[in-house]
Amino acid sequence: MTGLHTLDDQPLSDFAVRIRGVTKEFGAGGAVMKALRGVDLDVPYGDLLMLIGPSGCGKTTLVSIVAGTLEPSAGEVLVLGKDLVAMRPGGKVAFRRDNVGFVFQSYNLLPALTAAENAAVPLIIAGWQRRRAVEKAANILAELGMGDRLANLPSELSGGQQQRVAIARALVHDPRLLICDEPTSALDAENGRITMELIQKIAVQPDRAVIVVTHDARVYTFADRIAAMEDGRIDAVTTGPRQEVKNG
Amino acid sequence: MLWIAWKMLVGNRVKYLGIVFGVVFAALLIAQQASIFCGLMSLTVSQIRDVQGPGIWVMDKNVQFVDDVKPLADTELFRVKSVPGVEWAVRFYKGMARARLPEGSYEQMILLGLDDATFVGAPAGVFLGSIADLRKPDAVIMDDAGYRRIWPGEAYRLGRSFEMNDRRAVVVGITKASRTFQSFPIVYTRYSQAVLFAPPERKVLSFVLADAKPGVAATEVCRRIKERTGLQALTRTQFIWKTIDYYLQKTGIPVNFGITVLLGFLVGTAIAGQTFYLFTVENIRQFGALKAMGTSNWTILLMVLAQGLQVGIVGYGLGVGLAAIFGWVVKGASRLSFFMPWQVLAITAAAVFVIVLVASLLSIRKVLVVDPAIVFRG
Repeated sequence: MTGLHTLDDQPLSDFAVRIRGVTKEFGAGGAVMKALRGVDLDVPYGDLLMLIGPSGCGKTTLVSIVAGTLEPSAGEVLVLGKDLVAMRPGGKVAFRRDNVGFVFQSYNLLPALTAAENAAVPLIIAGWQRRRAVEKAANILAELGMGDRLANLPSELSGGQQQRVAIARALVHDPRLLICDEPTSALDAENGRITMELIQKIAVQPDRAVIVVTHDARVYTFADRIAAMEDGRIDAVTTGPRQEVKNG
Repeated sequence: MLWIAWKMLVGNRVKYLGIVFGVVFAALLIAQQASIFCGLMSLTVSQIRDVQGPGIWVMDKNVQFVDDVKPLADTELFRVKSVPGVEWAVRFYKGMARARLPEGSYEQMILLGLDDATFVGAPAGVFLGSIADLRKPDAVIMDDAGYRRIWPGEAYRLGRSFEMNDRRAVVVGITKASRTFQSFPIVYTRYSQAVLFAPPERKVLSFVLADAKPGVAATEVCRRIKERTGLQALTRTQFIWKTIDYYLQKTGIPVNFGITVLLGFLVGTAIAGQTFYLFTVENIRQFGALKAMGTSNWTILLMVLAQGLQVGIVGYGLGVGLAAIFGWVVKGASRLSFFMPWQVLAITAAAVFVIVLVASLLSIRKVLVVDPAIVFRG
């Protein structure tokens, strides 16, 4: 079902992400490239939003702005009730540390750390003692079916297993916003399905929102809402199969 | 986070060893060459160090270093003695003599003449014969290195003789003595005997050795001697540094060693800097991911500096250790001088610190400007 990009009739406190009129331009003078052209988007808590669209349509730029790793050229960005545009750089770093979990396309695991140590990195960044952090990470990895791979280095793990470590790393510090960038693109169909099932089972919570950037049509079934982007704009937001099940 | 930095560093063994190698190379070369330089410099003053007892050396005002002997009139001894604050003063001869050996060959020797009555300046390491035997006619005591040079492979034997200035010299003792810059044999004898062995000159007194009275500073006595006699009077330490200064300023030795040390520094910096930079570039996505996950630039800076410091400590330890092993090996196996005072260790540490700092700075810029959004780009 095609719907509005925004849900203005609902209170602000229902939303993990609310974006209004966001633009992003790269370059200067005659060489300006407009990556985003006035994007409006809402992501309620408890939702798994999929951001889809062709390469170069602005998905990565949009998700970078939501994550607080990129400044918009104009517009309003409210994430977990915080105005990221007004936030100082140091505040954004702390905001990401405390509130945002990332699953990257190429995993970005540290090759010298074991699976458990990799998953513990966000806690170590937050100042946890290493032993306690690794213990907690090990528990989450066990939940993800990686209990027998805790001491393996990334090079000793398959792509699917590395992605599970990345998911554990993204969730270990209980973030309220999870951003997944093409989490299944490097995986075969079976591992892609398992990965999405894990994200859906563990990450989607009433007090958390999940944004998944993807090209992979096979995983659309896991979405509550699907935002289709084209040329720096959101063309349409459709209700995903999960939301339809929720709505009965 | 420092633990993560350390794991990242040692996790890439090839790069890690490459960076460490650069630092080790620099530390080894700097410490080894500086120690050889210090060894050479210590040779130049070994004869001053070996003369125990007197705190003051009096000499002609134009003397520039210990081997630059400009003879004084014998009467200068009494003028020095008359200076207030001088406890005692004795004559000391230092010169070169040509010895004719029984086999007919000739050998240059360093001839030292000690005060007949007191033997002030006598060697402390006599292990065969005794100092008192110098009172015998024609008696000399020879250093063991000189003995082995003149009579290689032969056992130490007292009573051996040779000629100096057509006069017979008899070896009555063998002593340990510090090696000299020229590496010639050293013979000790009485002052009155030395002037007979030496080529005839109108003036023969090389130095007046003196000491200050208790309670009077040696530097003050030196000042008084200079003022009253017009001679140059230096404390033992001042004379050592004057000699070293001469070699530093008037010879090419420091320049030669300096060039090698500089090359070691530059090559070490280049290897360590380049490898560390490549290591950082290779890990730039990991740093980007850490920044995306909420690691501040300040923490990233500390991580890179800690990586540099870790490499520096390991490289410094290995480099200086290898230099010390080198010194230990060559000390027994060759005539190469090697002296590693704490200053060499400190200078090497400072150089290594600069190397890892430069290497780190190259990388720091790279990681600080990396956009955390890089992790979203496939």
